[in-house]
Amino acid sequence: MSIVLQDVHKAFGSNQVLRGFSLEVHEGETVAIVGQSGTGKSVALKHVVGLLKPDRGEVWVDGVNLGQLAVERLNEIRRHVGYVFQFAALFDSLTIEENVGLGLRRIPEMTEKAMAERVRECLALVELEGYESRFPAELSGGQKKRAGLARAIATQPRYLLYDEPTTGLDPVTTTVINRLIMKTREELKVTTVVITHDMESAYLVADRIGMIHEGVIRFMGTPEEVRACSDPVVRGFIEGKPELLEGAG
Amino acid sequence: MKTRFLLNPFYLVGRSALDTVAQIGRWGGLAMDTLRALPQVGTWGRLLPGQMARIGVDSVPIALFIAAFTGVVMALQASYTFTGAVPLYFVGTLVGKTMILELGPVLTGLALSGRVGASIAAELGTMRVTEQIDALETMAYDPAAYLVVPRVLAGIIMFPVVVILATATGIAAGWLTSLQLLDMSTPEFMKGLRLFFLPWDVQFAVIKSLSFGLTVTSIGCFFGFTTRGGAEGVGLSTTRAVVVSSMVILVLDAFWAATLL
Ligand SMILES: Nc1ncnc2c1ncn2[C@@H]1O[C@H](COP(=O)(O)OP(=O)(O)O)[C@@H](O)[C@H]1O
Ligand SMILES: [Mg+2]
Repeated sequence: MSIVLQDVHKAFGSNQVLRGFSLEVHEGETVAIVGQSGTGKSVALKHVVGLLKPDRGEVWVDGVNLGQLAVERLNEIRRHVGYVFQFAALFDSLTIEENVGLGLRRIPEMTEKAMAERVRECLALVELEGYESRFPAELSGGQKKRAGLARAIATQPRYLLYDEPTTGLDPVTTTVINRLIMKTREELKVTTVVITHDMESAYLVADRIGMIHEGVIRFMGTPEEVRACSDPVVRGFIEGKPELLEGAG
Repeated sequence: MKTRFLLNPFYLVGRSALDTVAQIGRWGGLAMDTLRALPQVGTWGRLLPGQMARIGVDSVPIALFIAAFTGVVMALQASYTFTGAVPLYFVGTLVGKTMILELGPVLTGLALSGRVGASIAAELGTMRVTEQIDALETMAYDPAAYLVVPRVLAGIIMFPVVVILATATGIAAGWLTSLQLLDMSTPEFMKGLRLFFLPWDVQFAVIKSLSFGLTVTSIGCFFGFTTRGGAEGVGLSTTRAVVVSSMVILVLDAFWAATLL
């Protein structure tokens, strides 16, 4: 089972963000989406969990078309999807332990004991043992991201979506997060989409890399293919040369 | 040319009328989501007591403070106005009737629109712009059940309680003022208080307070949910929540007076 976005169009008022965005992520695969800020990476990712609905086009997750899906059915799908938000989006009013356990509460057969056990496991995985009773405001940016990751994997999802997991982090924490992404992928065999504008991370974690430009996937290929790509837009982005991006149509 | 067009009064009036209609439509949408979320007791049940404490119990001091001073002033102004032409025990009547029918509910409602409405709008607005509400949805929670229902129910339950306490405090303050500053006796004040009192007055006050509780909390939730942009957006939502819920309280107040009295 996989994630498919087909010819997705999305506008906010007069701001046409996605203009025929298509993406296919195969089972067990990790795809990185790169592109400049404000090009619609987060908007595209939010379509995968039904946080946004396409104006046109289709979104398929786990073999189900999300269009016209009742909330109950959508929620069933969401239980198999972990979403790591750009700024962690931890709930301020809950402790780290409660944050990580919140998704588990939705599982009917979950006991309090099993829940506590699973929370401890997840916090250990992201190396946040001992932070159970802290509040998000008491954590650093990198720790928050790790807690957000722990929350996303707590329910053992089959899909993991990361929105800029390494943006704004120091090089050491970046490496830690990259390793975590690879570790969860190996251990949980999850299908993964990573949004990033850090090419190093993309090369490291992704099986395939797609570049979004002007609302569509401009180029999609393996890290080697991306490195060898001669499209001035792709070169402009990975080499950090805006003049190449502007010259291209 | 463009600016001239934008400053055209007809354009401006038409535009803001359309915006208002659109806003009311969106408020209705959230109201429907909230009604649909009511059966999810498992989600909102354990959050309700906390909200009742925050919205109700924590609001008691400010409500009593306002009511006490209002009671004092009303007693003094009543005796000043009557100046011997009207028997002094009518001070009790005036203080009692106006506190119960009007000032208890309305002053408390307005104070709580500042205290409760603003804090709900700021909290939910922050949750919106930091994607916490999106996060709730991705974890298969219904944000209406998790965030709106406990706050609105707490408002509906706790506003009448706070208003009754405030009204009682206002009347007590008026009574003490009458004893200390107006040379009235307790039986005199009580005589005035009982004179035109109807049990229906209390029911009327409770109905009003229920509607104010619903107004303040649902408008706070609405502006919080529809917040856009960062910190500035949160500030804007907070202000709007207070202004709009104060206005709605006053309109509702007139509406109840016209329909129920
Ligand atoms: N909920 C929204 N309402 C209106 N505009 C939005 C919304 N979400 C995103 N946008 C706009 O869509 C564009 C793409 O945003 P985004 O997907 O967040 O970019 P990025 O690629 O940096 O993640 C931006 O211009 C942004 O302002
Ligand atoms: Mg983004």
